[in-house]
Amino acid sequence: MTDFAEIWSYLAQGPLLWLTATLAAYAIGAACFQAAGRRPWVNPVLIAVVLLASLLALTGTPYPVYFEGAQFVHFLLGPATVALALPLWDNLGHVKRAALPLLAALLAGSSVAVLSALGLAVAFGIDGEVLASLAPKSATAPVALGISDRLGGSPTLTAVLVILTGIIGAICTTPLLNALRIRDWRARGFATGVAAHGIGTARAFQVHPTAGAFAGLGMGLNAVLTAFLAPLALRLFQ
Amino acid sequence: MIPALLTLLAAQLAGETLTRLTGAPLPGPVTGMLILLLGFALFPRLVEVLRPLATGILGNLSLLFVPAGTGVVGHLDKIVAYGPALVVVLFVSTLAAIAAGALAFAAVARLTGTEFEQ
Repeated sequence: MTDFAEIWSYLAQGPLLWLTATLAAYAIGAACFQAAGRRPWVNPVLIAVVLLASLLALTGTPYPVYFEGAQFVHFLLGPATVALALPLWDNLGHVKRAALPLLAALLAGSSVAVLSALGLAVAFGIDGEVLASLAPKSATAPVALGISDRLGGSPTLTAVLVILTGIIGAICTTPLLNALRIRDWRARGFATGVAAHGIGTARAFQVHPTAGAFAGLGMGLNAVLTAFLAPLALRLFQ
Repeated sequence: MIPALLTLLAAQLAGETLTRLTGAPLPGPVTGMLILLLGFALFPRLVEVLRPLATGILGNLSLLFVPAGTGVVGHLDKIVAYGPALVVVLFVSTLAAIAAGALAFAAVARLTGTEFEQ
């Protein structure tokens, strides 16, 4: 009979174990999110990351070994970015009807997101790889990782910054926009999607369906604009 | 399922190729998204071919960030060094971006008479 240590050393080398662990950790995170009444601060991705990071530390597994299995999930980020064409297409009617306000909000939200993050970070003495990783933090994760990679940032660090940005946006957007007395659901949703991508969009859908549709649109348009803006803005601060 | 998957991958492949050929600053998959959008305009039937798969992937989008997010284990030194500053940067920048976007939208909607009917 093979003992457990041998089975472990066999499984720990193949992709099956860590692919399963990735899905299991996310399932636990998603269950916590549901149980907490879908509150934005109980984020399934953050829970899954903490669980997996602890598991890797406990078992002494290096990240590249983990990634052998997790790469199958990671690969889908590319096709998922391409699939964002669908919600954009579905919302083309909205775009045509409110083209000018959308354009103004996109330019304002997107450039403030990139410039304020880089400007403040430089003021705090952050530079190099960390600064480049920060530049695309308001874009949706698959796009942000691609941008970060091209700018010489660290995609894994960007992933964490993107997730935190989404959580912050999702928690703060309703009280902030109430304080600013913005009542237009389109403006509220769109600005949230531009600044806080998918996590903000999920929050907007909870508040109002129109806000959700415009948030999805904001997320998609900002993904494209940030790809152009982030390299230009980073050059200003380097 | 297979035609939908083929369409997504082919659009991404075309996007990666075009991005590298032209040296554009866009990530390949974003170019792929724009190519697919063009495809929808040229062949509207493509939209319904793609819908089930695209909805499935986008409905579970956050799962796809987990492998990259777990890479944080390699950056714990930077998180410790820059953690408080990064949290302040993310808070201020995200709130400023939401406020700027919403105020710009509302102001231009008022100017152009495209205000929201409740």
